[in-house]
Amino acid sequence: MGAPATKVAADRDQMNVVIVGHVDHGKSTVVGRLLADTGALPQGKLDAVRRECERTGKPFEYAFLLDALEDEQDQGITIDTARCFFKSATRDYIIIDAPGHIEFLKNMISGAARAEAAVLVIDAKEGVRENSRRHGYILAMLGIQQVVVCVNKMDLVGYDRAHFEGIEKEYRAFLESIGAVRPRQFIPISAIEGENLASRGKHSPWYAGPTLLEVLDGLPKAPSKVDQPLRMPVQAVYKFTKQGDDRRIIAGRVEAGRVKVGDKVVFSPSNKVSTIRSIEGFNTAPRTEIDAGWSTGFTLTEEIYITRGEVMSHVAKAPQVGTRLRVNMIWLGKKPFVSGRDYKLKLGTTALPVRIHKINKVIDASKPNSSGGELGSPERSVGGPGDPLSVPELTVGRHDVADVVLEARQPLAFDLTADCEATGRFVIVDEYDVAGGGIITEAVSDDLRDLRDEARTRDFHWVPGGVTAAERVARHGHRAALVMFVGKAGVGKHKLARAVEKALFAADRAAYMLDGTNVLLGVDNDLWVDGAKSELVRRFGEVVHLLLNAGLIVVSTTNVIGLADATAVQALIPDAPLVLVEIVDAGAGSTQPSDLLVSGDEPETEVVAKVMALLDARQITSV
Amino acid sequence: MDHLDQLEQQSVYILREAFRHFERLCMLWSIGKDSTVMLWLARKAFFGHVPFPLVHVDTSYKLPEMIAYRDKLAFEYKLQMIVGQNKQALEEGDTFPIKLGKNPSMGKEEQQQLRTACCGRLKSDALGATLHGTGTRRRMNLATGAYEVDPDREPYTGVIVGARADEEGSRSKERYFSPRDKNDNWDVGDQPPEFWNQFKTDFAPGTHVRVHPLLDWTELNIWEYIKREQIPTVSLYYDQGSGTRYRSLGCGPCQSPIKSASKNVDDIITELKSGALKNVAERSGRLQDGKHGLEELRRKGYM
Ligand SMILES: Nc1nc2c(ncn2[C@@H]2O[C@H](COP(=O)(O)OP(=O)(O)O)[C@@H](O)[C@H]2O)c(=O)[nH]1
Repeated sequence: MGAPATKVAADRDQMNVVIVGHVDHGKSTVVGRLLADTGALPQGKLDAVRRECERTGKPFEYAFLLDALEDEQDQGITIDTARCFFKSATRDYIIIDAPGHIEFLKNMISGAARAEAAVLVIDAKEGVRENSRRHGYILAMLGIQQVVVCVNKMDLVGYDRAHFEGIEKEYRAFLESIGAVRPRQFIPISAIEGENLASRGKHSPWYAGPTLLEVLDGLPKAPSKVDQPLRMPVQAVYKFTKQGDDRRIIAGRVEAGRVKVGDKVVFSPSNKVSTIRSIEGFNTAPRTEIDAGWSTGFTLTEEIYITRGEVMSHVAKAPQVGTRLRVNMIWLGKKPFVSGRDYKLKLGTTALPVRIHKINKVIDASKPNSSGGELGSPERSVGGPGDPLSVPELTVGRHDVADVVLEARQPLAFDLTADCEATGRFVIVDEYDVAGGGIITEAVSDDLRDLRDEARTRDFHWVPGGVTAAERVARHGHRAALVMFVGKAGVGKHKLARAVEKALFAADRAAYMLDGTNVLLGVDNDLWVDGAKSELVRRFGEVVHLLLNAGLIVVSTTNVIGLADATAVQALIPDAPLVLVEIVDAGAGSTQPSDLLVSGDEPETEVVAKVMALLDARQITSV
Repeated sequence: MDHLDQLEQQSVYILREAFRHFERLCMLWSIGKDSTVMLWLARKAFFGHVPFPLVHVDTSYKLPEMIAYRDKLAFEYKLQMIVGQNKQALEEGDTFPIKLGKNPSMGKEEQQQLRTACCGRLKSDALGATLHGTGTRRRMNLATGAYEVDPDREPYTGVIVGARADEEGSRSKERYFSPRDKNDNWDVGDQPPEFWNQFKTDFAPGTHVRVHPLLDWTELNIWEYIKREQIPTVSLYYDQGSGTRYRSLGCGPCQSPIKSASKNVDDIITELKSGALKNVAERSGRLQDGKHGLEELRRKGYM
């Protein structure tokens, strides 16, 4: 939003670096030493801590310097992600000191998720340990591209070159085995003696590589996402009418790509299409183009009904839409991540119910890589019927890293993390807390993929008439929607559907009853009913779509299409609400989730009232 | 996009997430530079509007200029301005200035204790009562500019706070969205993970979440942004000829100015960049902090 006044912001680069590693391998000491050696400590601070240690008879530790909180010092472990600031000759650093203790893994992740680069510390004497590996996995999973490995406490092994190289070899092999990025550099250091941190030491003349500070200074900033395809997850649609502001603003952060006034854009998963009319802002110069990184807002030429969670893109390079995601993830919840239960998936700005479809692999990061395996690699014969040893995994335990296929209750827009980070990663909420997170490695096809693809191609190339959907909504006073009555033959669907149609019509709604039989008689006349069920469903859905496009509330019933097929119909009408009313015999329960369960013996007027109330609650008739 | 832009964009994103997820959302406005920048960022986020109430806790010891400035901006920006106060403590004379007045020869140690206790009552308790709706909230009538008792007593479940990580040790442990339990306590050791920009937006009944849009900003960033956006600030931040100014604003009796000849925003930026203040903690003029004072206060709900 181009600076309206003079540009005064710090022109120096800034970089977030997370420091990780097994507990006691020396992270705090590395950070403390870096702060001290770059002159980032307040004057006298170091001496004060040293004096305090002398007074209390404790050996001095750099960690004390960093411990801002009492209870932290009491426990002697860094409990949270503390931030420290220091400057090199070329840029400003924020060091995120992530705790190595397993109990605090979620803090480590919070720190690492914000970092552009990571320094992983390994104790030369102890060698590669459980959390050296687990942190390696996590860095890879969080998509951190720049990793520097410091082999610390070289003073304890007499600065032995072979020792250093042994650890380098072992850890490189481990990273390779999990398909992680190659580290930029392995550096032999001694944090205590300041060897190869901010300046070159004299104890390791055999090491010709750069110091830690030199490596950090040499790390490139993450490439700009401006050249990627446009992605803007819709954060909110604002209308501050009460404050006398009539703009209807689609707000969000452009996560990738760029967009101009006049561009045709599409929203996924609803497939709604419109054109950018203006780019909005407060106290900024007007602009006609905006790109990745900006939290902004747009008005559209044609007002379309969209909600938070949709992803705005250009038509040609839209995100994927589906329900099944193959992911690499880590679980941090106190209770395990289990099959057969709903969780909340948050991806971009969308949130929806999700469950485990399949667990491909769970990696216990505490074991050396013999039991591990590359995440995201083609499946081995895990869980195959012929393999007596492989019991299929049913849960992902706390601190486990896993390769899982998730299934969302409704289709959502996403990307593979390799294509777009912001729409390619997610978290899972269990009750009130974020309990896991990960990245999408593959889109897994489900039964409705073809129908969804058909709908997308159709909608993206739809030739609009002269009257817009918004104008129809304004004229009719309601949105288009499908109310579908399902239940077994003879249960009374037809009668209720007619009653609802009449009630809507009486209330001045543009309603139309579509009986499936009528579609069969005409549109489906060429089809052999038993042989082409899926085609019957498809044609029915497309007919509904046309009627919805005309702005109608379609009330429908058909014996050809059961509750199970409703999702198929829905795949063809991604932009319109579907209200499912299931009618069952008196006393019988629901067979599948529906919006309204009606018992066959309920009085008609009551059912009609319930349906009308539901249409209001879903903001179909209350616009 | 420069660094200030990046900070601004992230703060805007956070504010919008907060607005989306908390029906009962408010923003604390201390009148200081940080929360005023935050208020400005809210106007950025919501295209000139501020769609939630601003809450100020008036200890009655704020400098009059701060109150005048608050009311002027609230009126101009059409803010939903809510003010809370611990009337009972004031009436009972349970404040540091009154107790010191009764016993001027009081020792340093005791003064320090009373200061912390006073903050606890006039700020933390008052804030708690205002947020929970157990204390009286007064709301500015935007037609008259006068304050009236607010009939709304519903608790706020999302509270936006202008804490910065660089300010002081314990603040660097905050998340963007940090939960507080039923008693407003902060369990520093057991905070939920914060992956990327997915924040804690689900919360158990009775608990609430503090939102920190300024976590990544530094004192220098705040001033640079004030300059860039030309945000109005209280003149107490500037040297008016005495060679001193306030670096952080609190209550009259418990704050002391720092030695500085910075007369305007540019001077302050130059001063900060020069490193002249590097070895002075930003809140050093805030006498209640003492050793562990602030951290203890924060655990108990102080912002
Ligand atoms: N000899 C030696 N000891 C070190 C070195 N770096 C750290 N230590 C010690 O290792 C212990 C753990 O270090 P600390 O930085 O607290 O580890 P953290 O848990 O990774 O933060 C402390 O007692 C340090 O003094 C080093 O380079 N050489």
